[in-house]
Amino acid sequence: MSDFLRHRQVEFRLFVVLLLSCIALGITTDTFLTLGNLTSLLNNNSVNLIWAVGLLVVLIAGGIDISFAVASSVVQFVAAKVLISLGGGNWVLGFLLCGSVGILLGLINAFFIHRFRIISIVVTIATFNVFFGLLMWLSRGRSIYALPDWWTERIILFEHQSTDGTWSELILPVAVMAFCVGITWLLIRRVNLGRQLYAFGDNPEGARRAGVNIAAMQALAFGWSGLMAGIAALMQVNIVQEVVPNALYGRELEVLAAVVLGGARLGGGKGTITGCVLGVLFVAVMQNGLNLLGISPFAFQMLIGAAILVAISTSNISLGELFAERSRRQET
Amino acid sequence: MTSSDVTDSQQYALRLVGVTKIFGGVRALNNVDFEVRRGEVHCLAGENGSGKSTLIKIVTGVHRPEAAERMELFGETLDTLTPVIARARGVSVIWQDLALFPNMSVAENIAFDDMVGLAPRGVDYADMRKRAKAVLSKLNVSLDLSASLESLPIAQRQIVAIARALMNDSQLIFMDEPTASLTQSETDALLDIVRTLSSEGVAVVFVSHRLAEVLDIAERVTVLRDGCLVDVFPTAGMTQSRLGELMTGHVLDEKVVACDKQDAPCVFKAENLARRGEFNGIDLSIHAGEVVGLIGLIGAGRTELAHAMTGMTRLDEGTMHLNGQPFAPSSLRHAIAQGVAYVSEDRLQLGLLQKQSIADNTVISVLDRILNAVGLISGRQKNALVCDWVQQLGVKIGEPDDAISTLSGGNQQKVVLAKWLATEPKLLILDCPTVGVDVGARAGIFRIVRDLAEQGLAILLITDEVTEALFNSDRVIHMHHGRIVDTHDPRKISVNELETAIYV
Amino acid sequence: MKGVERIRRLLGKETVDLLLLMVLLVLIFSFLSPRFLTAANFASMGYQAPLLGLLTIAMLAPMISGGLNLAIVYTANISGLTMASIVLAFGGPEAGTSAILLGAAAAILAGAIAGAVMGLIIAYVGAHPILVSLAMMIFLRGLGEFLTRGGDVSGFPAEFALLGHGSLLGLPAPLWLFAVVALAWQILLRKSRHGFSVYMVGSNIRAADYSGLPTRRTLVLIYTLSGVVCAIAGILMLARFNSVRVGHGEALLLVTVLAIFLGGIDPFGGHGKVLPVILAILILQMLSSGLNLIGANPHLSTAVWGLFLILVMVLRSEQFTLFKKRKGIKT
Repeated sequence: MSDFLRHRQVEFRLFVVLLLSCIALGITTDTFLTLGNLTSLLNNNSVNLIWAVGLLVVLIAGGIDISFAVASSVVQFVAAKVLISLGGGNWVLGFLLCGSVGILLGLINAFFIHRFRIISIVVTIATFNVFFGLLMWLSRGRSIYALPDWWTERIILFEHQSTDGTWSELILPVAVMAFCVGITWLLIRRVNLGRQLYAFGDNPEGARRAGVNIAAMQALAFGWSGLMAGIAALMQVNIVQEVVPNALYGRELEVLAAVVLGGARLGGGKGTITGCVLGVLFVAVMQNGLNLLGISPFAFQMLIGAAILVAISTSNISLGELFAERSRRQET
Repeated sequence: MTSSDVTDSQQYALRLVGVTKIFGGVRALNNVDFEVRRGEVHCLAGENGSGKSTLIKIVTGVHRPEAAERMELFGETLDTLTPVIARARGVSVIWQDLALFPNMSVAENIAFDDMVGLAPRGVDYADMRKRAKAVLSKLNVSLDLSASLESLPIAQRQIVAIARALMNDSQLIFMDEPTASLTQSETDALLDIVRTLSSEGVAVVFVSHRLAEVLDIAERVTVLRDGCLVDVFPTAGMTQSRLGELMTGHVLDEKVVACDKQDAPCVFKAENLARRGEFNGIDLSIHAGEVVGLIGLIGAGRTELAHAMTGMTRLDEGTMHLNGQPFAPSSLRHAIAQGVAYVSEDRLQLGLLQKQSIADNTVISVLDRILNAVGLISGRQKNALVCDWVQQLGVKIGEPDDAISTLSGGNQQKVVLAKWLATEPKLLILDCPTVGVDVGARAGIFRIVRDLAEQGLAILLITDEVTEALFNSDRVIHMHHGRIVDTHDPRKISVNELETAIYV
Repeated sequence: MKGVERIRRLLGKETVDLLLLMVLLVLIFSFLSPRFLTAANFASMGYQAPLLGLLTIAMLAPMISGGLNLAIVYTANISGLTMASIVLAFGGPEAGTSAILLGAAAAILAGAIAGAVMGLIIAYVGAHPILVSLAMMIFLRGLGEFLTRGGDVSGFPAEFALLGHGSLLGLPAPLWLFAVVALAWQILLRKSRHGFSVYMVGSNIRAADYSGLPTRRTLVLIYTLSGVVCAIAGILMLARFNSVRVGHGEALLLVTVLAIFLGGIDPFGGHGKVLPVILAILILQMLSSGLNLIGANPHLSTAVWGLFLILVMVLRSEQFTLFKKRKGIKT
């Protein structure tokens, strides 16, 4: 346990803050700590979590991706068009289609980043706009409502009626989310590929000399982020039962904020699944809490921004350390 | 038992014939041959920039040579080398800059090479720790395997790098300056391991600037100079000074120039300086016109002392005086204003801004002096200042607006000197000023240092090279584990005696 | 050809390339739309370009220092909102000149504070500029939406609109404003000690530190000044649209990044000049007006911006030149 605390300071701190906020909300509102609220919290944040683990992989590898939410919109649109033209399809086809279109979009990012050594923030700002612009232009901004039944049907994994008659339930996206979290954990903790991603983010030159295939690492990181964007796209449609081209625009910042709050570092080499999940939950609880406390939803973004500013100002991961380190002999 | 006349290629761990590598038009390696026998300890000697690191990077597949007649590993001819191929054939390296991963654990750093490759496979942390532990116990050290690498001091990181190279059952290990930051007992342990490995048939290529160590452990030495092969020599009968001559191509005719400057006014005086974990109880005085050499192992606290003397770090204890006035700099800028200049040891990263022009690098510390009436930078004054210094120090440049990276190491170092001399210092601290500077240029730099001392500047010369300290200072101070342990008079001690004092 | 070479050396390579690109664009669009090469079109560009220009300038110095300021648009919005609320408090359309000046001062103060906070965190905590400015952007957007409830704020004195729509000596007023700011920026970056530090910090902050430059103060100042220029952009936005809405000009963020890279700024910091960036701004304004005139879908234009950014980065990348060279050797 002490080992855990030493290596997972950010996660632990976040966990304490999250726990305290939950307790506070439990006391100040009578709805927060109900099964119904907690399950809907999970249902509503499954898509964010799927994106978050994809983004985490990119951050670990030393990149940044802000195009994933818009990529999901593209995937939804393409999948809807193709599936409708195929006469409906099914879940297997849906996963295959969404996954591969998502991966393709991710690989576009990876290609420009690796082949031309352009910094990832610039590439993904560009692809963000290309994806969104083309999508809005080609779809003429029109939503698609006539979707295959299997796609929009609510699949309930668990339901429970409490004594006052309200229903609480967990739906399919929660299970898919759990699967994505688990498989990403496997990738980055338990498989050699994931460890190479960490190494690449930590010391790119060292990784190169050890023989790590840099192109493959960029492709894996952004491809994974794309795959998660594809799966998130499929699940988001399952929840809202429609394809609205601009519905996901802007969601990327919320997710990025959550992942960064969870201790992933811009610049690579750091970040855990635990932190990532805690980060998303923290943002979700904050939003939910503000809502329950009757505070204007407009305040939410402001508080998230402030929370990140406070978190980075108080964290000890810093260039400040680097400055202090100059007193030590450099490893030349 | 060597049978040197057997030319059977099975005899060799490595054979390179006619290797050429070009970086941006410069031949880093020019038609070089390099052979290492199985089970041999082989030394690769050469000055900084002679092509040693490039050669290692070619053998390990990090760089592809522009031309290579023949590349053989353990008798097998290879057309191309990649890091993965090299490692699969049993080649591993301890890099000079370690090339480790700061955020990963010690165990994972040691075992990292097993992770490389695109075929997915699981990571067995328990097994990884077990094997890392086994390797470390071979080295007679124990480290916290789950600690992150960045939490370790540099000497322990070095050990991690060594352990990593021993991890795979390597048959050929390159060690690039592996002892630079080790204590004597750690060095001894490493040298023992090298001998054991050699007796087990593993070839070790050793790169070190501690020539005594090299001659002690190696059987043969390959000398490189300016990217070309000088020749291969047996170490039996080789002396340090002969090896030095082969490496530099010059007969070292340096002689002691020291004289007693104790009667000159004291420019800098420090009493009982201490900074926790870095140095302790330092008393130091430097007189006008005096060059004080400061030697010691990496990690002895020399650079740390210099940082405290220039206000870059705070002292925990002690007082300093500059020209008789109390001196307690709060920042480097403050120290500069008071008349202290510091030439940092890392010219490439810290001494110069490689992206910027010669002119900008020269005036960076004296912007205040080139302002016009309205407080803006005056191009005319800037040019005048730059031209003045370029002339004074004899820097060979094209245009002042050319990038600093277009200059040779020696000329770059002269620009660094110009930048600091422009601040009109009273005390000049030089931290390893000849790293990466070729021999001819070294002499030029020390001539400047001498001239400056004659003009009355007090100089503290921090250096790794015993000869450099001995032949260029008036007094040599030996620092060890953060303390000054001895002061030597260069006129009364020989190179060998001083080397023994430091390294043994 | 020799003449071109000489001009190229005098003005810098990128300047000449950009001038050629500009001529090309003028030719293409005059061919595609008869209305492109008209005084009316150029006048309208003269009114539109300064806003993009100011925001780009606000992005420029942080970029040269090796960072980034993603919060520019929202800093401008919040500054505009600050000014708007003061002007409204003093009577809205009836507010006097002093209220307008007070409002402008408050706007600039708001921009400066937003910038300074970012600068302090970047300089003293050492956090990544992308992260800090992103957090600031999220915060300011939230703050703005919280204060305006997502709606518009409008109702300002008529004289104030002169800044956005008036002209002086035959040139649009916003263009004058931009010219003054750009000139000040040029002097600041190329002639002042502070500007010198910005370039040095951008090329290697530790080496700059080891040379005795006040690197932290430099960073704080850069982001503060960036905030001030955002505020000026915010005031201009207010004057041009006669209203403030949080999120106004959001799409310009991409265009400023594009302008900066088109202008040859080193994405890793340390190099870059003001003049090529100004040319890049004019080129992008032409592209924008031109696309508008030929009736392109605004979303398609967004996509074109993105593609253009990738294209510019690819053409500027070393890998691309290496590729060209290698090809050159073979043939």
